[in-house]
Amino acid sequence: MAAQTGNNTTTLQLVLAWGLVSIPLAWGVIQTLFNALKLFQ
Amino acid sequence: MSSTALPQRGGSPATNFLHRERTIAGFGFSRWMVPPAALCVHLCIGQAYAFSVFNLPMTRLIGISQSAPDDWKLTDLGWIFSIAIFFLGVSAAVLGRWVEEGGPRRAMFTAALCWAGGFLLSALGVYVHNIWLVYLGYGVLGGCGLGIGYISPVSTLIKWFPDRPGMATGMAIMGFGGGAFIASPLSVWLMRQFSTETHVGVAETFIVLGIVYFCFMMVGAALVRLPPPGWAPEGYVAPVQPKKLITTRNVFVYQALKTPQFWLIWWVLCLNVTAGIGVLGQASAMSQEMFPGKVSVTAAAGFVGLMSLFNMGGRFFWASVSDYLGRKNTYFVFFVLGFILYAAVPYTGSVGNVGLFVLCFCIIISMYGGGFATVPAYLRDMFGTRYVGAIHGMLLTAWSMAGIFGPVLVNYIRQYNVDHGVARAAAYNVTMYVMAVLLIVGFLCNLLIQAVDERHHMQQDEADALGTAD
Repeated sequence: MAAQTGNNTTTLQLVLAWGLVSIPLAWGVIQTLFNALKLFQ
Repeated sequence: MSSTALPQRGGSPATNFLHRERTIAGFGFSRWMVPPAALCVHLCIGQAYAFSVFNLPMTRLIGISQSAPDDWKLTDLGWIFSIAIFFLGVSAAVLGRWVEEGGPRRAMFTAALCWAGGFLLSALGVYVHNIWLVYLGYGVLGGCGLGIGYISPVSTLIKWFPDRPGMATGMAIMGFGGGAFIASPLSVWLMRQFSTETHVGVAETFIVLGIVYFCFMMVGAALVRLPPPGWAPEGYVAPVQPKKLITTRNVFVYQALKTPQFWLIWWVLCLNVTAGIGVLGQASAMSQEMFPGKVSVTAAAGFVGLMSLFNMGGRFFWASVSDYLGRKNTYFVFFVLGFILYAAVPYTGSVGNVGLFVLCFCIIISMYGGGFATVPAYLRDMFGTRYVGAIHGMLLTAWSMAGIFGPVLVNYIRQYNVDHGVARAAAYNVTMYVMAVLLIVGFLCNLLIQAVDERHHMQQDEADALGTAD
């Protein structure tokens, strides 16, 4: 991939990039949160 | 989400995808693409915190359902993580300048190769049942991937977010805390898929993780960009009157080691981490022993999970707060509040208040994570942006040191108390007071930090000779 040469970053690119990292992270956090809830049961 | 205005630049003479020049952003590139690039790396290397999920399966690679005499012992396996953390510190310290000068893409690519290669070599080690290959793979090679991957996006983010450096690095380092949340359930699920009646599935899981992590980290390497020289975010005006503790100059990486500020920050980080890391490793046992009959094994596991969430959240929260409070004041909060909370923990045990105990430790652990995430911005304030990644790499030796001190302090003081007839419920009291005292020392170190003396700053001709003016 070449260096960017004047292309604007699109909203779609931003959504995809953030989705790529936030979806697995959110999944992991939810899994951990469910385990953490056992403390209050 | 702000788009950033960049100066138009001509065609690049770049010859290599990994070269620093090829990572210079073009006109219209949004700086908000850089945090996901950093997270791609940190979420992967954050797997290190979840390595313990492999420990028990690796003790029955031969026996399958239970350990056979020739199977590896837990004590043998414990070294894998320790070696990896040791090489994290060593590689970050030794290769920091190489990372800084070669640009983030080359560093991320190298980190991906080391990290994935470590998994693949470990898979071979598991397959032929040779623990030295696992030490070499995950420990040495993977540890180098950890160190290079940890520091590579940090200085890039600081350059893109001069207005919010704490928040920017907090996002990346939060990913390191969060990586285990993904890796732990994913690894368990993969081992379940690959396990058979004659096989525990660890080697295959290592192979899959190595490939997946390599791809994910390469996405980060492809996305990452450096801002062009002289770039500033739209609407950002650098302070005309420099703040006392925020330099606008740069200090060369090895010159930083000659300043008292570096060593004071080293101790600030070391003491803050020592206080947190010891209790993090003992949280499950501690909660059960301090509240016998009130906290079950399952509840203790929930407590550990809750602390991990606060560890991750604290990284983003405190680092972001430091942009407003200032780095020095943020560490003052860590030390003062930490002192009060550590001193209060024995009281929560004596009155049997589990809720208060959990609250104390959740805040303490958030500040432990916050200490990691705030320190790159502290270094940037002291030494400038140019070599902050390399200086940060050297500072991570404080983490390695704290990784030894913290658990040893907690374990040995507890054992000493138990051996001398102290009830198990009260065996951690002295430890908590020792931690509180460590935080006083940290407070004093932080108090002594002043602006770096003028003679340590790079002169303009030095910066030009090194091509480092920015």
